Amino acid sequence: MSTATDAVKHFTPRARAALDNPAVRGNFRKAMDGLMSKRQDAFADWDLEELRELGAAVRLRALSRLPELLEQLERNLQANGIQVHWAQTGEQACEIVRDICVARNARTVIKGKSMVSEEMELNAFLARSGIEALESDLGEYIIQLADEAPSHIIMPAIHKNTTEISELMHEKTGTERSSDVDYLTASARAQLREKFMQADVGVSGVNFAVAETGTLCLVENEGNGRLTTTVPGCHIAVTGIEKVVEHLADIAPLLALLTRSATGQHITTYVNMISGPRKTDEKDGPEEVHLVLVDAGRSAIYQDRELLDTLRCIRCGACMNHCPVYTRIGGHAYGTTYPGPIGKILMPHMLGLDNTGSLATASTLCGACAEVCPVKIPIPQLLQRLRSEAMDGDPQRPATVAGHGSKRRWLEMLLWRGWTVFNSRPWAYRLGTALITRCRRLMPSRLGAWTRYRSAPRPAAQSLQQQLRQRQCKES
Amino acid sequence: MNARDAILQRLYQGREQQGGFEPPASDFSVLQRPHWNKTKKLERFVQAMSPVHGEIHSTSRDNWHLLLQQLVRDKGLRNLWIGNGTPHGSFLADHWQLEQVPLLQRTQPVNEWKDELFNDVAAALTGSLGAIAETGSLILWPTPAEPRVMSLVPPVHFVLLDSDRLYATLHETIQQEGWAKNGMPTNALLISGPSKTADIEQTLAYGVHGPRELVVLVLE
Ligand code: SF4
Repeated sequence: MSTATDAVKHFTPRARAALDNPAVRGNFRKAMDGLMSKRQDAFADWDLEELRELGAAVRLRALSRLPELLEQLERNLQANGIQVHWAQTGEQACEIVRDICVARNARTVIKGKSMVSEEMELNAFLARSGIEALESDLGEYIIQLADEAPSHIIMPAIHKNTTEISELMHEKTGTERSSDVDYLTASARAQLREKFMQADVGVSGVNFAVAETGTLCLVENEGNGRLTTTVPGCHIAVTGIEKVVEHLADIAPLLALLTRSATGQHITTYVNMISGPRKTDEKDGPEEVHLVLVDAGRSAIYQDRELLDTLRCIRCGACMNHCPVYTRIGGHAYGTTYPGPIGKILMPHMLGLDNTGSLATASTLCGACAEVCPVKIPIPQLLQRLRSEAMDGDPQRPATVAGHGSKRRWLEMLLWRGWTVFNSRPWAYRLGTALITRCRRLMPSRLGAWTRYRSAPRPAAQSLQQQLRQRQCKES
Repeated sequence: MNARDAILQRLYQGREQQGGFEPPASDFSVLQRPHWNKTKKLERFVQAMSPVHGEIHSTSRDNWHLLLQQLVRDKGLRNLWIGNGTPHGSFLADHWQLEQVPLLQRTQPVNEWKDELFNDVAAALTGSLGAIAETGSLILWPTPAEPRVMSLVPPVHFVLLDSDRLYATLHETIQQEGWAKNGMPTNALLISGPSKTADIEQTLAYGVHGPRELVVLVLE
């Protein structure tokens, strides 16, 4: 985690660098504009409010019964022949995956897209154990070639344009330089096909885990997820514990919301529902299927009724597509696995507020994210709560999030104390304003970060009270 | 305490501290579509499948094999993999007239002929359980006769769709077919078009890992 926390701590310089990079800004602007309009079109003949209401209700029902549903999921998966593992931390989850690989003498792992595996830093962990993990989603494949992290949870390579990708593929894999996307895609397909045939284990994420039937539901467009979960002899799915839903019927509204919110598609090319390993008479499919249920901070979020709304998230990415901050600074500036609004409300729980100090404040609270969120997570409200937690600012409700109070500074607290006295005692107020108006020329013109983009405020020659009093005198 | 128990205990305790919570009721009526008859459903299916490059042909229950042969010839396909012992597979085998295009039938597990599958099979034909009109999605439950990779690895996938088996929505399918009650197969699929990606600068490219072409023969 140390590399991860270092990256977050440098949020401000990264954001500045991103703002100064017109190429990256252009790539994001173009992509986000496209995604926003596609989403809008996809919901054109829907009662979107009603549908979001249902999405939120379905997720809340699942969360209200979270421990029972996890137990039911485990029972039904096991009855279907799927092995279930539990991990409290990302590292534990990595160890579980490694142990399964080792038990099968696996040297190569092919991966479908999984943000939880990114969160776990699984590829690096496996590499240290001598196991090669290759990403097969085209976007993930590209950023793996570049040795970068995803900059978007749905479109991991969105920060790169075609020329950059062509150059990268030429350098790393020897394909011809080309601006023909079909050619680039075909080259990647050819290289990955070989790997699919050889891979010993397939690792994927999960979009919804259905407790009622013991079914893992995965959505994708490319078919790499299906190959990952079909061709190798062993399939390991990794997922956060919050991804469980109660009924199979619950996936209908969630799917309707997920794909339209994410990419403006009415449905993805493939919806892949896995309820067991290969049966004896079947001709393909993995002999072994495992599910690793990862906590990594989620059960801590579950302790608080307000904060647990964070766990409703279905990872559609719409909040980042609509975020004015994300669109301008891009995904890498955040330095966290999950960027954008969802990252701001999720990562502080995973890394601690002390390590993610700027995230909750890097928002204008414009509310666009909450307006589009398919499961109606009140993101701005949660950001305010986290800001308060970082300051230990609410005497009514003791702060609980890891690293709370890390932004509390004695000088600032002293100033606010003074502010309270100043405003609640008339004599202090009168004295104070008199002093300020008299000494207004002493106001420094530089006030730290405030004056980097703004001019310093200059107190008026007369306070509002003085002006009003004069006016009253004149009138009478 | 092991990880499982620790996680569950934490969740149970957390909820108890909050005094539990009541979720709002889930009202599924928003998913209901006005009653669509067969023609309307078919129309919607075509409307949804065409923009994502699904190729749709309507044909008859008795003569679909003629259309299929013509398509195979027009597309210049080298061979066609068909399921073993399925009614449509047997029917096709009995009526196949394209001598230069062999029909492939395989009984052995897929990993025993993986190389051939990945490198030499040009196309495959499968049946389907039906389709969802609203999203243009074929419903496939792979079987030993028609395994999962048939709809995934060969560059062209032909699918037979019975026009009497169209559902309005996914929600309706799950309810009407009693999927939850009757139990799910090891793998159930919704397929809505050929494989595609937009990972390179939002530009759509078809046939990235799965089939480049999805050809639906609607049996009327
Ligand atoms: S917070 Fe809402 S909008 Fe953002 S990724 Fe999650 S579900 Fe989508």
